[in-house]
Amino acid sequence: MNAQMHPQDGYTTADGRNIGPVLMEMRNITLRFGGVKAITDISFDIREGEIRAIIGPNGAGKSSMLNVISGFYVPQDGEVWYKGQKRPPMKPFQVARLGIARTFQNIALFEGMTVLDNVMTGRLNHMKSGLIAQAIWKGRAEAEEVANREVVEKVIDFLEIQAIRKTPVARLPYGLKKRVELARALAAEPSLLLLDEPMAGMNVEEKEDMSRFILDVNDEFGTTICLIEHDMGVVMDLSDRVVVMDYGKKIGDGTPDEVRSNQAVIDAYLGVAHD
Amino acid sequence: MPETLLYAIEVMTNGLMAGVLYALVALGFVLIYKASGIFNYAQGVMALFSALTLVGIMDGQVPFAHLINAVFGTDLHHFGWTLPALLSIILTMGVMVLLAWAVQRFIFRHLVNQEPIILFMATIGLAYFMEGFGDMMWGSDIKKLDVGLPQGMNSWIDETTFNALGYGFFIDNLDIVAAVVATVLVGVLVAFSQYTKQGRAMRAVADDHQAALSVGISLNFIWIMVWSVAGFVALVAGVMWGAKSGVQFSLSLIALKALPVLMLGGFTSIPGAIVGGLIIGVGEKLFEFFVGPMIGGATENWFAYVLALIFLVFRPQGLFGEKIIERV
Repeated sequence: MNAQMHPQDGYTTADGRNIGPVLMEMRNITLRFGGVKAITDISFDIREGEIRAIIGPNGAGKSSMLNVISGFYVPQDGEVWYKGQKRPPMKPFQVARLGIARTFQNIALFEGMTVLDNVMTGRLNHMKSGLIAQAIWKGRAEAEEVANREVVEKVIDFLEIQAIRKTPVARLPYGLKKRVELARALAAEPSLLLLDEPMAGMNVEEKEDMSRFILDVNDEFGTTICLIEHDMGVVMDLSDRVVVMDYGKKIGDGTPDEVRSNQAVIDAYLGVAHD
Repeated sequence: MPETLLYAIEVMTNGLMAGVLYALVALGFVLIYKASGIFNYAQGVMALFSALTLVGIMDGQVPFAHLINAVFGTDLHHFGWTLPALLSIILTMGVMVLLAWAVQRFIFRHLVNQEPIILFMATIGLAYFMEGFGDMMWGSDIKKLDVGLPQGMNSWIDETTFNALGYGFFIDNLDIVAAVVATVLVGVLVAFSQYTKQGRAMRAVADDHQAALSVGISLNFIWIMVWSVAGFVALVAGVMWGAKSGVQFSLSLIALKALPVLMLGGFTSIPGAIVGGLIIGVGEKLFEFFVGPMIGGATENWFAYVLALIFLVFRPQGLFGEKIIERV
């Protein structure tokens, strides 16, 4: 169903959700670190409203791919297309301003600030009023701050972190930090949300919680999500379409069912002797 | 009230005023340290440089006059105009912003992710470069800075206290102005860092670069902004010190007095810089007054450093420094 699908077309998922046209497209991406090829000639697309997963064994190049999308790495070859336009090489903060928010595998939060302040930083790009107006809290700044707070409160409510809103992040346990990071990304109301191993290092219960949040975010806000995971089970339940990477190459792309029955994928995960 | 006590109170008040000036310099250190983890040894020289530039612009001095004269055999020294103080201050601020940009563009952009000690060394280099550059640009003679701030004894305080207590307090008008300006400055800085988008972004950058990038903050912009704000604080400090004791190169040495202030107040705390400055200002004056005569005087030279040393032993993060939270 993928390779032949027109960029402007949508499709309907197994659970009856309507997926829109292509939001982001990676064309023949190659990324090298010195002589090492982290990504070799990979193409795939992400469609509006979709939960798209990138999976693969450790060292397959998944995180590198996410870093290419979010601007932390610049590929040597290939094109990144976003909202129907070719994206020039950009700094990560510029990518963020395009409406692409992300979380990190190792959690990057502002440890010294409270949960609320952390989530508020997600709104920085939605603040337009002048410096002095902000400082004295008058006019446009006041209305803006109120509107931003509303979005933030909604997100905090949604992710069930009201109880810790005033707590400095450094004091939180790992699982909650992951959730705060997701909250900060959501507060930006992104067009595309990138999650780098959202379930890494969590116990079964926390994984279930996180899966539920990811599904709810997609359902409630219609956010397009691209996530990386190496836990096959979780990914298959969660995502609409899956890209499978191994040794920096794409070895599969399709619905979870298609991917599950793909021989190359089975080999990569179970391990076969490479000749 | 006994004469000694009244005299001690007067000494203390003057100590508070001196402390305000220490605090102003320390404030510049704190701003840059908070936002970029750089301990800016050049903060004192920035104050000197801004004061030199201000005087130069006001008096219509030709920048690099010595150099130009030596190369082209001309005899330039002044354009022959004097500019109003406010306009000169605005122009000087422009120069400080330009300096902030240059420092970021030519030094710290190339040192991202380096060890703190390397960044510190870079600021030492910057300090000596700026001192030489300031010398070359404006000359090394002692200059008088007069931006129209009131100077001399405040006669109202003198008279009132004399009538009420029978002892007239000597308080310099300039010190009062410095205290008011410093208070306003701190208020503005706190409002800026707590309530504005740029302030929030600054705190975010101070905390985590990667996370800051991911929410759309340009590190480069924030760093230039922080160095500009520090330049502004340096300018205020430079104007106050310059008006008090003339613009001279020993001004850069006041940076060293800011070190014990920071150890007391904590390197990351704006209120800490203020309180630390006041404690050192008052402490060294009172110590000199009470203990000085017993041990032969000149205690002001070392009192601050000994106090800082005691703090380092018992409370290394300072009075207001960030508590170290560690999860095990």
